[in-house]
Amino acid sequence: MLRVRDLTVARGDRVLFSGLCVDLVPGTARVVMGANGAGKTSLLRAVAGLLRPLAGEIVLTGFEDRQAGLHLMGHQDGLKGGRTAAEELAFWCGWAGADPAGIERAVERLALTPLLGLPVRVLSAGQKKRLALARLVAAPRPLWLLDETLAPLDAGWRQTVADLAQVHLAEGGMILAAAHDPMPFEHQVLVLEAGQ
Amino acid sequence: MSALILLFRREFGLAWGRGGGAVLALAFFASITALTPLTVGSEPERLAALAIGSSWLALALSNLLSLERMFERDFEDGALDQLALGPVGLVGVCAVKALAQWVAVGLPLAVAAPIAAAALGAPDAVLLLALGAAVIGGLGFAFTGMMGAALALGSRRGGLLIAVVVLPLFAPPAIFGAGTLAAAAQGLPWAGGLALIAAWTLFSAAISPMVAAFSVRDALG
Repeated sequence: MLRVRDLTVARGDRVLFSGLCVDLVPGTARVVMGANGAGKTSLLRAVAGLLRPLAGEIVLTGFEDRQAGLHLMGHQDGLKGGRTAAEELAFWCGWAGADPAGIERAVERLALTPLLGLPVRVLSAGQKKRLALARLVAAPRPLWLLDETLAPLDAGWRQTVADLAQVHLAEGGMILAAAHDPMPFEHQVLVLEAGQ
Repeated sequence: MSALILLFRREFGLAWGRGGGAVLALAFFASITALTPLTVGSEPERLAALAIGSSWLALALSNLLSLERMFERDFEDGALDQLALGPVGLVGVCAVKALAQWVAVGLPLAVAAPIAAAALGAPDAVLLLALGAAVIGGLGFAFTGMMGAALALGSRRGGLLIAVVVLPLFAPPAIFGAGTLAAAAQGLPWAGGLALIAAWTLFSAAISPMVAAFSVRDALG
């Protein structure tokens, strides 16, 4: 499980939130909502270990180094426009530790085959997001941190990703997501308010 | 181990191809070499005296060119987040980035260095040594340059800042490199100078990945 205790995060001189506690047990999802600038992205980055919190404790049970147990899907996909979708897929899935069977599974679930030969720069935002999502499917890890992941996807693909998330939860995974709208899978809501 | 190889292939591909990299650095190097006789005069004796020093200066400047690409693009498109979350840690990521920079840019420049020196009239006897010194020094240029690239991360006009930060750090290999070759050209012992270049390279290889990783982590958080 993920246990966040008394977390205080600041950007520059401004404290975004303090004393935040979140418990996430396997098979559950929490969607973080709040106004722009409330600290949703900072919370996810702190849990991922990219942002050093001012105070508090973050523990992912079963992982000494919690970065090995989580996937972060940020606003940006980290894909290089000049490289082909196949190159980026192979690198990022391999970087996350996926085996060839896992990559094949991701290609099939996210219907990436027609995109593979194309350079990333010609892909739409939604297609890039699907390509970036592939590593979540290819290399199973218990905690998914999703930052506005559904925003660029159309209705059909939102449903597909929601199905993937349901499967992930059913297998005992956890999801901590930041979003402005309710997500299309079972979840509880955590509202971040400025200065909380 | 396989993650490091995977990363090296990505970094090499990005440093080598698509919009510059080795070709750009080589073209820049050739341009400086071609400008030398136009500025100092084309009399063979005068050029020969300058050949070694000017080709080392051109080598150091050309190694600066593509430093900005080492982190800036990955930082802007979010790839650096994912690299930081990967299995090898940021120190490992930085070390691989510097090695890829050396193989993709430093080695082609090292091959060009003796050609440029010969074209300007350096004695044949030093050309092999010029290649060796440029190969070893190029590794040091890559590691030292990476520190500047990481420190400048996230600042506007980063490219200019990198040059200002890094060029003074290029002074030791510039001194040792040109000194070694000048000594060899006069038939004096040169092994000590080459050893000093190697020592500087090893020193920068030892500390630069840690400094760069620290700067990158700071820029990400």
